[in-house]
Amino acid sequence: MTAMLTIRDLHVAVDGKPILKGIDLAVKAGEVHAIMGPNGSGKSTFAHVLAGREQYEVTGGSIDFDGQDLLALPPEQRARAGVFLAFQYPVEIPGVSNVYLLKTALNALRRHRGEAELDAMDFLTLVKQRMALMQIDEDLLYRSVNTGFSGGEKKRNEILQMLMLEPRLAILDETDSGLDIDALQVVADGVNSLRSSERAFLVVTHYQRLLNYIKPDYVHVLAGGRMVRSGGPELAQQLEQRGYGWLQEAAGTTP
Amino acid sequence: MTASNTQIDRLLNREYPAGFVTDIDADSVPPGLSEDVIRLISARKQEPEFLLDWRLQAYHHWQTMPVPQWSSVHYPPIDFNALSYYSSPKSRKPGPASLGEVDPKLLETYAKLGIPLAEQEMLAGVAVDAVFDSVSVATTFKDKLAEYGIIFCSFSEAVREHPDLVRQYLGTVVPPTDNFYASLNSAVFSDGSFVYVPKGVRCPMELSTYFRINAANTGQFERTLIIADEGSYVSYLEGCTAPMRDENQLHAAVVELVALKDAQIKYSTVQNWYPGDEQGRGGIYNFVTKRGACRGDNAHISWTQVETGSAITWKYPSVLLEGDHSVGEFYSVALTSNFQQADTGTKMIHIGKHTRSTIISKGISARHGQNAYRGLVKVLKGADGARNYTQCDSLLIGDRCGAHTFPYIEVKNPTARVEHEASTSRIGEDQLFYCRSRGLSAEDAVTLIVNGFCKQVLNELPMEFAVEAQKLLGVNLEGAVG
Repeated sequence: MTAMLTIRDLHVAVDGKPILKGIDLAVKAGEVHAIMGPNGSGKSTFAHVLAGREQYEVTGGSIDFDGQDLLALPPEQRARAGVFLAFQYPVEIPGVSNVYLLKTALNALRRHRGEAELDAMDFLTLVKQRMALMQIDEDLLYRSVNTGFSGGEKKRNEILQMLMLEPRLAILDETDSGLDIDALQVVADGVNSLRSSERAFLVVTHYQRLLNYIKPDYVHVLAGGRMVRSGGPELAQQLEQRGYGWLQEAAGTTP
Repeated sequence: MTASNTQIDRLLNREYPAGFVTDIDADSVPPGLSEDVIRLISARKQEPEFLLDWRLQAYHHWQTMPVPQWSSVHYPPIDFNALSYYSSPKSRKPGPASLGEVDPKLLETYAKLGIPLAEQEMLAGVAVDAVFDSVSVATTFKDKLAEYGIIFCSFSEAVREHPDLVRQYLGTVVPPTDNFYASLNSAVFSDGSFVYVPKGVRCPMELSTYFRINAANTGQFERTLIIADEGSYVSYLEGCTAPMRDENQLHAAVVELVALKDAQIKYSTVQNWYPGDEQGRGGIYNFVTKRGACRGDNAHISWTQVETGSAITWKYPSVLLEGDHSVGEFYSVALTSNFQQADTGTKMIHIGKHTRSTIISKGISARHGQNAYRGLVKVLKGADGARNYTQCDSLLIGDRCGAHTFPYIEVKNPTARVEHEASTSRIGEDQLFYCRSRGLSAEDAVTLIVNGFCKQVLNELPMEFAVEAQKLLGVNLEGAVG
């Protein structure tokens, strides 16, 4: 089976400063890959580059997604092709109701896929079903996007968006940060409900904790802009016990 | 950064969709302003003596007035003798024709603007008094309104059919000596709308007028007068579009509202006149005096405006809160792009006791656009317990535009409470990226964010109008679900 996502020798700079220095990664449909690493290792940059953030300059390498050159696509076309990024810091948009953004986004995707737009009733039925799963109060639908949401509400809302948009490739950027155990369980349940042989996940996290709830197939350690170690779930356990220091020393990188 | 700015630029660069000229013979008065021209206008409209005298009085006063210089808009001096002061589409019969007799070309013009009269008559329940240049060409629903005793007609017709009402109220809110452009309007106004809602009547439909400037070099001087008698209610909608022109066109309208005891008037405007091109050539000069008087206890006047057009917008819809417990409201969205300038705001004059006013102003500036909020909240000595709340928000798109706020507050009563809040923000890259990562195009993302910014004001518009306003802001309907 060919990979859904193939990243070759990816180099990225921010404001002229190299952040990612040659990343290689292959992800097949059905797989869950965890990207771990110390703060400042380039994890978030990596997640945002995949989603198409324009402030990050790709200075070398390639990203193939389902046979398409992902780097040639603007963010909205990546989203329509099935790439989804759950933000570490979801952005506030005052005056725009959460439900309106959700509906607009879903219908943009449906149009792209050649499907009919959902009418208001069908949409509401669907969204309420997914909200129940994420244990989100209905009033959150009618509040402005992320405006005045608690940290937990923001993260759950990101996963709700993911459940609605049903991406091929979901990238979770530090989705566990700032969540208590109960919220973590809810978020993980949401993610796990979407796991399938058609779909892949990149779980970007600093801590091993989230991986107790979302079991990865592969774990990669990103440090100093390079993947310094890849392995199975047991690698995450090692990191939990030993920290990141030994890997950075072994790779000759310091934070 | 650059890619999304390019997207924004393309959005802002979309051609003005209402820019076409209707080829109709116009019966225009030669350019120039004099007592003779005023007599000619008055005679052509078969006006009573009192109105001619009123016009001449205004004209003589206007001649003594200097052109106002205090606002922050900049434009070359206007040659008032180069303008033509009267233009009406030639028709075989004098006066407004019925809908079936209207020149098909005119109807076509409105259809292009998305105002199919015939359809509107059947659908929506909106009565339309269409003003094409200076003459009202079609009035619908008049019969239905007449059942309620409501008068809704062109100003000219009101002068002929209801001269006493016109005489009683004309110029009582905006006197003919009020300001330079109001005086000019008083001298030469050609037509406009007139509404009278009798005591205790709630007008069963939204009343709507679409203004359209067509003939070249014709200043348009509308005069609108709306009277809501005791305990009545009326909602009035005014929409404006104009075809593309190279030269600047002057529009100096006057709108007077009178709300008597317990009456309510809701006046909504969507203004989309030609804003000029990317270099700032052409466009309408929109110098308008709009004022309402709450002339009885518990009277209520609301102004809601969405200003997206004109090269220069200079207007301050105001409320004189004379009656005790009367209420004044001003909700405004002003969008300036390219080289557009807007200097707009309101005056809330608290005269009666326990009067209340609310001001919500949203300014959006893009490209080289300059947007100024200028407002006055004045509480007179006798206005015990007066309250005002003002909120002015500015949104900047790009780094060459400007937003300015000039709030004036004069309080002469110690029991008054006046609040003022202001904010200025920029459309963020973060917001754009967030929306785009959810599948929205950059264009849709910008309009979504702008729409959210304006929501408080757009919510005040009647549904029929909110749709058009959002279309103008390039936005899909906010909150369509739920």
